[in-house]
Amino acid sequence: MLEITNLVKRYGHNEAVLKGLDLKVEDNSVVSIVGASGAGKSTMLRCINRLVEPTSGSIKLNGAELVNVKGAELRRARRKIGMVFQGFNLLDRLTVMENVLAGRLGYVNLYQAISRRFPQADIERAFTLMERVGIAHYANKRADELSGGERQRVGVVRALMQEPELLLADEPTASLDPRTSEQIMILLQSLASELSLPVLINIHNVAQAKTYTERIVGLRHGKMIFDGLPADFNKDALDAIYGGIEAPDDAITEQPGAQAEEPRHDPV
Amino acid sequence: MVDHAQQLADRVWHRYDRKERLIRYAVLLGTLMLVFWAVRDIDIFWPWVWDAPNQMSNLGARMWPPSAAGLSNILNALLETVHIATLATFLTIFLALPVAYIAAQNTTPNRACLWLGRFILVSSRSVNTIIWALLFVAIFGPGVLAGILAIVFRSIGFIGKLMGEAIEEIDRRPVEAMEATGASKAKVVAYAIVPQVMPAFFAIVILRWDINIRESTVLGLVGAGGIGVILQGAIDTFAWPTVATILIAIIILVLIGEAITSLLRSKVL
Amino acid sequence: MTPSDSPSSPRTWKKPPFIANPVIRYGIFIVAAVYLVWAFGSLPFNWARISEGLPRAARIFSGGFPPSLERYELLITGFKESFQIAILATLLGVFLSIPFAVMAARNIAPIPIYVIGRAVIIISRSFHPVIVAILFVAAVGFGPLAGILTLTLYSIGFVGKLLAEEIEEIDWGQVEAMRAAGAGYIATLYYAVFPQILPRQVGLSMYQLDSNLRASAVVGIVGAGGIGGTLMNAFGRYDYDFAFAILLVIIAVILLSEGISGWVRKKIW
Repeated sequence: MLEITNLVKRYGHNEAVLKGLDLKVEDNSVVSIVGASGAGKSTMLRCINRLVEPTSGSIKLNGAELVNVKGAELRRARRKIGMVFQGFNLLDRLTVMENVLAGRLGYVNLYQAISRRFPQADIERAFTLMERVGIAHYANKRADELSGGERQRVGVVRALMQEPELLLADEPTASLDPRTSEQIMILLQSLASELSLPVLINIHNVAQAKTYTERIVGLRHGKMIFDGLPADFNKDALDAIYGGIEAPDDAITEQPGAQAEEPRHDPV
Repeated sequence: MVDHAQQLADRVWHRYDRKERLIRYAVLLGTLMLVFWAVRDIDIFWPWVWDAPNQMSNLGARMWPPSAAGLSNILNALLETVHIATLATFLTIFLALPVAYIAAQNTTPNRACLWLGRFILVSSRSVNTIIWALLFVAIFGPGVLAGILAIVFRSIGFIGKLMGEAIEEIDRRPVEAMEATGASKAKVVAYAIVPQVMPAFFAIVILRWDINIRESTVLGLVGAGGIGVILQGAIDTFAWPTVATILIAIIILVLIGEAITSLLRSKVL
Repeated sequence: MTPSDSPSSPRTWKKPPFIANPVIRYGIFIVAAVYLVWAFGSLPFNWARISEGLPRAARIFSGGFPPSLERYELLITGFKESFQIAILATLLGVFLSIPFAVMAARNIAPIPIYVIGRAVIIISRSFHPVIVAILFVAAVGFGPLAGILTLTLYSIGFVGKLLAEEIEEIDWGQVEAMRAAGAGYIATLYYAVFPQILPRQVGLSMYQLDSNLRASAVVGIVGAGGIGGTLMNAFGRYDYDFAFAILLVIIAVILLSEGISGWVRKKIW
C-alpha cells in the first residue's frame, strides 16, 4: 500500500509544483493520473522514488517512510519501486538482455554488475518475463535496433526485474503510435493483476485512462481535483482538469468504449 | 537634371551598409597598423630576408642526394619514436579518465573536484609538449622517460578535456533509469555512462595517438629521446644528406601513422 | 520463439563478446601485451640517472618558487617578438594558403597542379613546426625570420588543407552559373568560389593566430626567436625562478588568446 500525505514540492522560490497532495493506493489496483502538462504528474511520480527530492510531506510504501531515507537505504527503497519512462530510457548501445538485467542492479554486487555475471535465478526470471511480453528472441540484439513498442516492453520487463512492490509509469505510451500504446496499456493492466502489483500511470490520454485503469486521479496546478472511478469521470471533471488549458481532443471526441473494442486481444 | 542625378545616386549599389563598412575599415586599419608596427619593430636584418631564398636553395642542394648511410640507426630511432608515442598514449588513458570524470559537470563529486579537474586540464593543455619535455629532461636527465612523461602530461589535457565534454553530452535518461532501479553510483556509471562514451573514447585516443607520433618526432631536440636526437646530431655535424634521409623517414612515419589512424577509426566506429 | 528458449531446460545467458571471433579477440590481447613488454624492454631507460630525479625535481621546484619577474624586460622583449612573429606569419600564411588551397582542390585544379598543391600541404603538415624551425635556423640563421618562415609554412599546411576541403564542397551551381555567364577562370574563382569560402577563412585566421602564438612560444627553443628562446636560456642557466615566471605568463597569455580568438570567431560565424 502506498500512502502519500501532504506532499509539497517547490523548486527554489517559485510557486510550488505540488501543493499538498494526499493519495492512498491499495495493493493491486491500477491508478491513472491525468492532468495537463505542468500539472505536476511527473514530479509526483518522481517524488515517490526520490528522483525528485520532495520539499515536505510523507510517502509511505507498505508502512516504510520513503522521504528522508539516504544513501544505501534509499537505494534499497528504490529497488522495490519499478519505473517505466516515456522515452523508454534504455541503454541503447547494450543488448536487450543487459537492459533487462539492469533491473537487478540494486541487488547484485559491483563485480557481478560490471562482468555481467548475474545469478542464474535472475537470468531465468529475465527469460520468463521476456517470454511473457514476447521479446525473448531479441535477448542479444542491441536495444536501439528494436521498434518503439518493443523498446517499451524492454522498459517494462526491466522494471519488473526489480521484483517491485510498486510500479510507476510516467507517460508510458506518449512516444508510441495509438495501436502500440493500447497494447502497452493492456500489458500493464494484465501484469498488475497477474503480479498483484499496485501501478501508478501518468497518462495524457483520458480515453485510455478510462478504459484500462480502475481509478482516475486528476491533477491541476499541483492539487488533486478528481479522485474516483472511471465511470464517474465525466465532462465536468474533464473541464475541471483541462479547462482553459488545452484541449485533449482524443479524450473529448472519441468514445472510449468503441476505441477499446478493436485492439482488445493479447498483444503477446 | 538635378532630379536625374538624384535618381542615379539613389540607384548606386553598395555591398555593405554604412555601419558595416565603418567596422570593416576600422578592422582593416587596425590590422594594417599592427602589421606595420610588427614589420618596423621586429628584430630582423632585412638583407638576410632577400638572401633567404638563396640560402634555402643552397641548403636544399647540400641535402641532395639523401644518404642511405646510417639507415638502420634511423629506423631504430623511428621505432623508439613510435614506442614513446604509443606507451605515452596508453599511460595517459589511466590518468586522463579520472580527471575527465571529475571535470565533467554531471559526474563530478563536488565543486572542489570540478575545479581541481579543470585546473589539471588547463595547465596540461597550455604547456606545449616540448616545454614539458624541457622540464622533465631537467628532472630525469636526457632520455626516453622524459619524452614519455612530456607526452603523457600534454595528452592528459587533450584526452581529459574531450572525454569530459563527451561525458557532459550523454543522454541523461538512461542515468535516471539506472538510478531508479536502486543502482549505486559506480553501477550507474558502468551501465549508463560508459557505454555511451565508448565510441568517443576510441576516437579521441586514436586521434591523440596520431598527434603524439608527430609530437614525439621533436622530443629529441631537447634531449627527450626518439628520432629528434639523431636529427639534432646530424644537423650539428652538418651531415645534410643524412638530415634529408631523416626528414623523409619522418614524413613516411607520419603518413603511415595517419593511414593506421584512419583504418582504426573506420574499424572501430 | 526459438527452441533454445524452451522453458524446461535451465537457460543461460552470457554477454556476447565485443569481438565475436575468439582467435581475434585473444589475439589482440596477446599482441597488445607482447607489444607493451617489448616496447618497455627495448627503450633505453637510464635508471641511475632517473633515480636522481626526485631530489632534482625538489631542487628545481624549490629554485623555481617563488617565480621571479626581476628581469621582466627580457620577458617583455621575448613576448613582443613572439607576437610579431605570430601576426606576420598568420598574415602571410593565410594569404599564401589561398593559392595552395585552390591548387589542392580536386574540383577546380588540373591533376598535375593538384598533385603539387597536395604535396606542399602534406609535407608542411607532416613536420612538427619545431623541426621546420631548426631547418630554417640552419638556412637563414638565428632570429625571428626563421620563426616567421616556420609558422608561415605551418599555417599554409593547416589553413590550406581545411580551405581545400571547403572548396571541394562548394555549391557547384554557382560556378556553372558564372561559366554560363561567360566568366573566365579568375573571375569565376573571384565571384563563385571565394565568396563561399571567405567567411570560413576569417574565422580560420583567428584560430590560426591563436595557434601560431602558441607555436611561436616553442619554435624559440631551437633558436627561431620569441619567448621560447628566453625560456630556453633561463632553463639553461638554471635560472628556475625566472623560467617558472615565463611559464606562468605563457600559460596566462595562451588562455587569454584562446578566449579572445573564441569570442571573435563566435561573433563572426
